Amino acid sequence: MGKKAVGSGQGAGCGVRGAGRKATGLRALHPAPRTLPAREYSGTELLICLVARIMENRKMAFIGTGVPMLAAALAKKHHAPGLMAVFEFGGTDPALDCLPLNVGAQQTFQRAISAVSLAEVMEAAQRGFLEYGFVGAAQIDPFGNLNTTVIGEHSRPAVRLPGSGGGCDIGALCWRTVALVPDHNPRKFVERLDFMTTAGYLDGPGARERAGLPPGSGPYRVVSNLAVMDYDGATRRMRLHSLNPGVTVEQVRQNTGFELVVPENAGRNEPPTRDELRILRREVDPRRLYI
Amino acid sequence: MGSGEGALFVRPDADGFREFVRANKPHSPVDKRMSEREAVRRFVRPGDYVATDLYGMVRAPMSLAREVVRQGPGDLSIAGQGGMDIDLLVASGLVRRIDNVYIGHEVFGLSGAFRRLAAAGKVEVTEWTNAALAWRFKAAAMGIPYIPSRTMLGTDTFRRSAAVLGRCPFSGKMLCLLPALAPDVGIIHVHRCDRFGNAQIDGTYGLGFELSRASRRLILSTERVVPGSAIRKVPERTVIPHYLVDAVVVARYGSHPGEMCYEYAMDRPRVDEYLEATRTEEGTRAYLEKYVRGPRSHEEYLELVGGRRHLRRLERACRGR
Repeated sequence: MGKKAVGSGQGAGCGVRGAGRKATGLRALHPAPRTLPAREYSGTELLICLVARIMENRKMAFIGTGVPMLAAALAKKHHAPGLMAVFEFGGTDPALDCLPLNVGAQQTFQRAISAVSLAEVMEAAQRGFLEYGFVGAAQIDPFGNLNTTVIGEHSRPAVRLPGSGGGCDIGALCWRTVALVPDHNPRKFVERLDFMTTAGYLDGPGARERAGLPPGSGPYRVVSNLAVMDYDGATRRMRLHSLNPGVTVEQVRQNTGFELVVPENAGRNEPPTRDELRILRREVDPRRLYI
Repeated sequence: MGSGEGALFVRPDADGFREFVRANKPHSPVDKRMSEREAVRRFVRPGDYVATDLYGMVRAPMSLAREVVRQGPGDLSIAGQGGMDIDLLVASGLVRRIDNVYIGHEVFGLSGAFRRLAAAGKVEVTEWTNAALAWRFKAAAMGIPYIPSRTMLGTDTFRRSAAVLGRCPFSGKMLCLLPALAPDVGIIHVHRCDRFGNAQIDGTYGLGFELSRASRRLILSTERVVPGSAIRKVPERTVIPHYLVDAVVVARYGSHPGEMCYEYAMDRPRVDEYLEATRTEEGTRAYLEKYVRGPRSHEEYLELVGGRRHLRRLERACRGR
């Protein structure tokens, strides 16, 4: 087995000891990045930008691997230098100059302010420190409840999914939960979940508080390949917030398995800017592990 | 009120734990170095509840997980907390009960083994969350029977757990009461420890702090054994003191094919091979034969996957601090 195949899969410059600097030699080990004209972008790049734009400066955010992590790295370099990324297994505010593939990987605490424990960061969330939590889901319902546990019956599932991980905790304890659904379709946006892993607004206004979840917390946005959704303040039902470039209201409706609240004038999401794309491609993921 | 419908695999027993500790735990330093074979033979028995640290392909006690599969104590219960070690135990068919938190491979996809076992109804699953598992260990570590929390409320995760709904005696608000979890055996891979088991971990310690204190028996595997003086020089770095530890197993590259921070990088092709193999039952069987039951020890396993030269490359591929 050649050296090429060994220990790959880390982010830029992460492949060699002591390489904070870019290791040019490593480039040879990886396929050349696809080159897209500055004005064109992929679906993943758009998703990353939409998520990054939600992240405010000087806030703490629970970050998982994949899109949220890229978004956090982009946000830090673009508009939120003081954003603190917190990883579930204890990495707090790492440099994010290379990309982890596991939420416990070294990159989650590379030049971080602390490397602690799962209990420590979950307790910080329970005390109210974590503003944002980013979660994925196999299914999402009109109240932003999420399923990552099973498709079908729990005892004999058609598809056994991983389970809550930290998802249920994030949905319970962060102030604002952002759900990521890269493939917006009626099998993902469903009237009824097969299993409610993570609490959104449960069955409507006041339900979270009645259940004992911290007041003022809950679902905030849903980011999909078609649009960004938020929630109606009175009914707590999912509402169209803004459409992705080139997408129509009708398209979003057709791809949502429940009645989506559609306001008079839904907003439009700007395509990734030249600046965002430059940072994303050159600084965040130059070796195109994800994008 | 109410409680989850999931099975409670280990009943909280704070008094029993105290008595176990008094009768069985090493209160003064003794040399606990032993082979992986001896450690597993002595401390992992059929029907035991096993828990491990850390997560994913990171600092997972793979050499000990492979030895457990080799010896094959069946009917195990596990804390299903996402590591490749746990996935290997599930794939081996030794597991009957899972306190599930997350079994999968993050960006690499679903667990083939867990998926097949669950679909066939061959495993009993109670659902929990990352925080719930950490706090269940914490309660056991504190020597108390349960701990109140604000997670899981209102969800099916709660309904399929063995947690209990309670009311705060001070505010009257609803709480999720998590039963203490004291595994029969905890298994943790560390960067270094002395022969008594005083251990240091670099980087995040995940569930290691709580798990080491919650476990009735604790097996450490370690990249290196260091002199006691090296431990005493920086006592604040000791995450796991010797009195918690029952066995010390030297296992250089013990997390392979996963990574060990500041030591060696993930062996991506070997990880991919595992993921690919465990997609099917036949693949799983072949993998276990070749990589787990084939080699008789961790040393033989390391030779099989490429030996010293290959492992040195993984070291070079790992980034420093």
